[in-house]
Amino acid sequence: MTTRSPALLVLEDGRTFRGESYGARGETFGEAVFATGMTGYQETLTDPSYHKQVVVQTAPHIGNTGVNDDDPESGRIWVSGYVVRDPARRASSWRSRRGLEEELEAQGVVGICEVDTRALTRHLRERGAMRVGVSTTETDPQALLRRVLDSPPMHGADLAGDVSTSAAYVVPAQGQRRFRVAALDLGIKTMTPRRMAERGIEVHVLPASSTIDDVLAVEPDGLFYSNGPGDPETADGPVRVLQQALERRLPYFGICFGNQVFGRALGFGTYKLDYGHRGINQPVQDRVTGKVEVTAHNHGFAVDAPLDRPTGTPYGRAEVSHVCLNDDVVEGLTLTGDDGSLRGFSVQYHPEAAAGPHDAAYLFDRFVALLKQAQRGDRDGS
Amino acid sequence: MPRRTDISSVLVIGSGPIVIGQACEFDYSGTQACRVLKAEGLRVILVNSNPATIMTDPEMADATYVEPITPEFVEQVIEYERPDALLATLGGQTALNAAVALHRSGALERYGVELIGASIEAIERGENRDSFKRIVDEIGGQTARSAICHSMQECLEAVEKLGYPVVVRPSYTMGGAGSGMAFDEDDLHRIAGTGLALSPSTEVLLEESILGWKEYELEVMRDHADNVVIVCSIENVDPMGVHTGDSVTVAPAMTLTDREYQVMRDQAIAVIRAVGVDTGGCNIQFAVDPATGRMIIIEMNPRVSRSSALASKATGFPIAKIAAKVALGYTLDEIPNDITGETPASFEPTLDYVVVKVPRFAFEKFPAAETSLTTHMKSVGEAMAIGRNFTEALQKALRSAEKPEAPFEFAAEPGEMGELLRAIARPYDGRLRDTVDALRAGADVEQVSKATGIDPWFVDQLALLCEVADDVRAIDHVTPELLRHAKRHGFSDAQLAALRGTRADVIRGVREALGVRPVFKTVDTCAAEFAARTPYHYSSYDEETEVSARERPAVIILGSGPNRIGQGIEFDYSCVHAAMALGDAGYETVMVNCNPETVSTDYDTSDRLYFEPLTLEDVLEVVHAEQQAGPVAGVIVQLGGQTPLKLARELEQAGVPIVGTTPGAINLAEERGAFGRVLHAAGLPAPKHGTASSYTEAREIAADIGYPVLVRPSYVLGGRGMEIVYDDASLSEYISRATDASPEHPVLVDRFLDDAVEIDVDALYDGHELYLGGVMEHIEEAGVHSGDSACALPPTTLGPEELLRIRESTEAIARGVGVRGLLNVQYALAGDVLYVLEANPRASRTVPFVSKATAVPLAKAASRLMLGSTIAELRGEGMLPASGDAVDLPADAPVAVKEAVMPFNRFRMPDGRTVDTLLGPEMRSTGEVMGIDELFGTAFAKSQVAAFGALPVRGTVFVSLANRDKRHMIFPVKRLADLGFDILATAGTAEVLRRNGVTADVVRKRWVGSEPDGTPTIIGRILAGDVDLIINTPSGTTVSGNPRADGYEIRTAAIQANVPCVTTVQGLAAAVQGIEAQLAGSVGVRCLQSWARRSVIRAERQATP
Repeated sequence: MTTRSPALLVLEDGRTFRGESYGARGETFGEAVFATGMTGYQETLTDPSYHKQVVVQTAPHIGNTGVNDDDPESGRIWVSGYVVRDPARRASSWRSRRGLEEELEAQGVVGICEVDTRALTRHLRERGAMRVGVSTTETDPQALLRRVLDSPPMHGADLAGDVSTSAAYVVPAQGQRRFRVAALDLGIKTMTPRRMAERGIEVHVLPASSTIDDVLAVEPDGLFYSNGPGDPETADGPVRVLQQALERRLPYFGICFGNQVFGRALGFGTYKLDYGHRGINQPVQDRVTGKVEVTAHNHGFAVDAPLDRPTGTPYGRAEVSHVCLNDDVVEGLTLTGDDGSLRGFSVQYHPEAAAGPHDAAYLFDRFVALLKQAQRGDRDGS
Repeated sequence: MPRRTDISSVLVIGSGPIVIGQACEFDYSGTQACRVLKAEGLRVILVNSNPATIMTDPEMADATYVEPITPEFVEQVIEYERPDALLATLGGQTALNAAVALHRSGALERYGVELIGASIEAIERGENRDSFKRIVDEIGGQTARSAICHSMQECLEAVEKLGYPVVVRPSYTMGGAGSGMAFDEDDLHRIAGTGLALSPSTEVLLEESILGWKEYELEVMRDHADNVVIVCSIENVDPMGVHTGDSVTVAPAMTLTDREYQVMRDQAIAVIRAVGVDTGGCNIQFAVDPATGRMIIIEMNPRVSRSSALASKATGFPIAKIAAKVALGYTLDEIPNDITGETPASFEPTLDYVVVKVPRFAFEKFPAAETSLTTHMKSVGEAMAIGRNFTEALQKALRSAEKPEAPFEFAAEPGEMGELLRAIARPYDGRLRDTVDALRAGADVEQVSKATGIDPWFVDQLALLCEVADDVRAIDHVTPELLRHAKRHGFSDAQLAALRGTRADVIRGVREALGVRPVFKTVDTCAAEFAARTPYHYSSYDEETEVSARERPAVIILGSGPNRIGQGIEFDYSCVHAAMALGDAGYETVMVNCNPETVSTDYDTSDRLYFEPLTLEDVLEVVHAEQQAGPVAGVIVQLGGQTPLKLARELEQAGVPIVGTTPGAINLAEERGAFGRVLHAAGLPAPKHGTASSYTEAREIAADIGYPVLVRPSYVLGGRGMEIVYDDASLSEYISRATDASPEHPVLVDRFLDDAVEIDVDALYDGHELYLGGVMEHIEEAGVHSGDSACALPPTTLGPEELLRIRESTEAIARGVGVRGLLNVQYALAGDVLYVLEANPRASRTVPFVSKATAVPLAKAASRLMLGSTIAELRGEGMLPASGDAVDLPADAPVAVKEAVMPFNRFRMPDGRTVDTLLGPEMRSTGEVMGIDELFGTAFAKSQVAAFGALPVRGTVFVSLANRDKRHMIFPVKRLADLGFDILATAGTAEVLRRNGVTADVVRKRWVGSEPDGTPTIIGRILAGDVDLIINTPSGTTVSGNPRADGYEIRTAAIQANVPCVTTVQGLAAAVQGIEAQLAGSVGVRCLQSWARRSVIRAERQATP
């Protein structure tokens, strides 16, 4: 078993927690956020949306099922730091290949354990997400605090480029190919193209910096924007590309960051939530059917759109389709044409789950229906 | 969608008496349901035969029928009340079975009653093994390979394909009754034979063994708009093979990845949809092969269950309350989450702590019973604990179980590794402790995991505890860091003291000096994502405490801990009433308890709830935290039974203010010598008695007072270890077997009063005035534990002069002891002398029964008296009658009969036969029912129906009596013959009857084997269903559970064949009255509120003389 050394956690408002080292030794900075899922730490760690964030796990036992090679949501761990209470001393799962601590060390992720994670979470809930430093080398909280205050804030951070693929790649459709979709990788998770591929979609994953020409070059039936880290205010490139696609009536589906970019493309603003939604138990209501889905969330920003009325846009009629029942945050948008037909939609949460419940998986079917309708429209039109 | 407007009255069915597999969790769920329905403005009609429940409090429903839960009685209630709807999913299997029966008989249709919650179709789809298996197939899930069998022949054929071992599960029984694992054909005959008999549909399921697989449960909630949420996941530490009620369980699941958890979640949701539980909660159980991950759905309960109560307490999501709301038509998003106040109930709770539940067994009450744990539930209660990690929660739960041998023992020699590894391969009560010992003896995690089937993650956590213990033992001087480290893993002061060779109070002193104290966190459903409004706390050794400051003075009520035989729901009832009454009186009420099944641990019951073990250490920390938060008026130890009572003196020594009867006064009543002086001063006789600290002393006392004598250890509840002995030899045997008599643990020796009438009294005393709450006359003679004896209120054979004597005696005792609050006294009336058997200055088991029977809330009044109110003031407020008490009951007061319910069918000896059913001085009943009516006979008949099923009104009675009883039974047996019963008797009994003009067929007094001419023996005839009533009084002198005692086979056969069996002469007289009442056809129903109107009139009558 690893011998631990003392570790220090300092928030930008000066609140300090002492614990023990977990994973790699060293020092790390980021935005402190808490995630409330009781399962799925492996997916959380590898979710690119957590780039530049220090994740506090509210579930006390972390690492119980070890690490396997099937569950990561990307090629590496993205969190910039990891805060847990009771790390597992040994893993137990028939799928486990190695221990989580081993993996954190191997990937150089600095963590801290034996922390009162509930106290830390309550602090973040009351004061909002903020910058944090975690160190196994520094013992003086004041010194660490100075470096925390020097670290870059999340507000205004443009991070999509950091996490996006550098070269385009294709995820082939499972079975017969029915559609081709261009998917802009703003921090895409492995499960997302897989969910599309299962439905006969050939997914062309493109770098975040792609232009409308790059998109059109794959001759897509539709356009998809993924989740991803950072402030949507900075995503001017992707917003412009999306607007160009909407002008061309390319069917659109967006998830998470893709919802925020959709909002901006339609003319809405975005804003930073105090402490965000990060968990796999969030109740979201479909405002048309009234049905409630239990959904996976990971977002610190949200779209500022009116709940009580539709909004006219150059691309059609925009409406808030889903809201979070906990706090009425906008969780989904739809864009319809004059005839009421769907042109594009997006959700702030994660229908691909991983980790999380599968309640919202139907949204991929809705995307397929949208693609089919557009295909038929094209045929009818030509 | 808002609630339905087409329903204005709802009938709720409770779960009846507490039995193994169906305990007070259904009082918790039923109480929540009643509260919801009333708050919605509906007329609530309730049927439940269990008087010890909060749900049968008259204010919980508009019409409360304490009547038997049988289709016949419930139909009478329906006929009279004409409810619009029936809610049967919150009263366990009993309520569900009653609803199904009412549907089948056409009663629901006849009276236009709609079943809400789950439809008949859904109940049948969920509970019928065959259709459930089909549903699982349809949704793409897997079930164990199995076969449904309706006869032994079918069982034998099926097992050829499935192979041994094979699991046997009867359909439609609760708590897995009748199920078991058959390893060979003999087992199969025995288990499947009983199972077929127990199943109302004569149906058993045989299935492949999944012994050793990981076991999980999900609690699911659905509304009529098809919104579904998973409230909680639960993982069993004990793998498949042990009933989940007998397993150590953990929430949330600890060893599943998100992928596996989500597949489980998907399947659970698909199952609830396919089964068609439209609204409400259900529970789905899964097994996972640890080697491959193959997942099997074991079963579902289309109703609220024991696990739902556990899940509610574990998460703060009140399943029964929400189930009641969705049954009325609300959708989950329309129901607020009480705890946050702002977010809706349409979410899934997330935990930032770990919950561990441990079972509480009662094998000590059935020394002959086999102790292996199987798929047949045997535990009588459970304790739950919450910690910030598994080790903390587990160790807290084990000390909550309140058995000295439950917490891990790290200081003693562990024993031999090989032997321990062999032992722990079999599941039994205490296996976890031996598992730790195996690790301490040198076994590694893999060896232990392989031997037990317990997941290596859990075993490693146990290994972690051993390592911490080693560190504590090895260090020269305990550092604050190490102390804190050990505390974070749940070590108690007592455990640390044992490791350091010192006393627990020394460790406490060190801890307090170093500032190593727990903080209190909050159960908030959301892992702190939102602020919690409900102060539902648990302790943990962490950084930040969440107890908020308050202004109003607090009263801390100590609960009764896990249910056990002798201390159950009755004590929780009193604690809940104290919380209600003191809350109304302006106090901030603080409940401390660790029993997840109870109403007291509902966060709605008190202003603050601490889910904590009831040990000195844990209680002192709660008191400390509350003293930091604001003024504390005092701690109540009188209401929760022996558990808080035994802490009283140490709490007082630690400076904690105890309200009500002082610890010194409590001791005065408990300590024989001191109590003897109280009685002497008051001129009250007690049976001759003495206190012995050795066998020699005991023998001298017995010689002085004369055999038979009653012997027992001091300071016990429920007659633990109490026996009647008839000679020196059995006295010697008792002392060496049942006690370790010493000056610290003396043995009490009392003269045993043969043929005495036993009387139980509950009273209130404020220092000046006595309120006699109720006088109960036992039906069984002295010698049967009061908890196991049926009793009647008002007493059926006592005159006014005797009642006055009882009142005067009780007052003298109350004054002499110094009672402030409740007092229970047991008397024996023998030869016109009223002997005082014992006095307990605390809430008794009978408080709820007396309160229901007389419509006076004794526990509420007691809690007020403890805080300084007087009886006169409470009379003025209307909490007590304006004048008079139980001595002045009017002539037309109803008669209430309490009957005990026994768990004998749950316990088997190693050879597979059931344990003896004879009643004795050691309490063994798990619960009680009440029958209430105009006359004793009718009330008694109802109590029998509620407890055991109806008394027969025709057929054959088998009579076999001890010689000393023959004289007394001539008249009642003659009466049975006159009523048309055929009498079957053993030769001696038949001869006595013949001389008295009663013809009886003679059966040879030979219980086993077959008659030489091939005619069946009496055992055979009982098992064949030829006998409808058995009267068997024991002629042997030992009642210590010796299975060879005379008549054992008869009583066992009675249990197996489910035939009423009367074992006392007095019981027979009562049974005859009951049978006469049933034959007269006059057994109707009437609600408590209607009976209480007589009491009101009574009070007025007395107020204006």
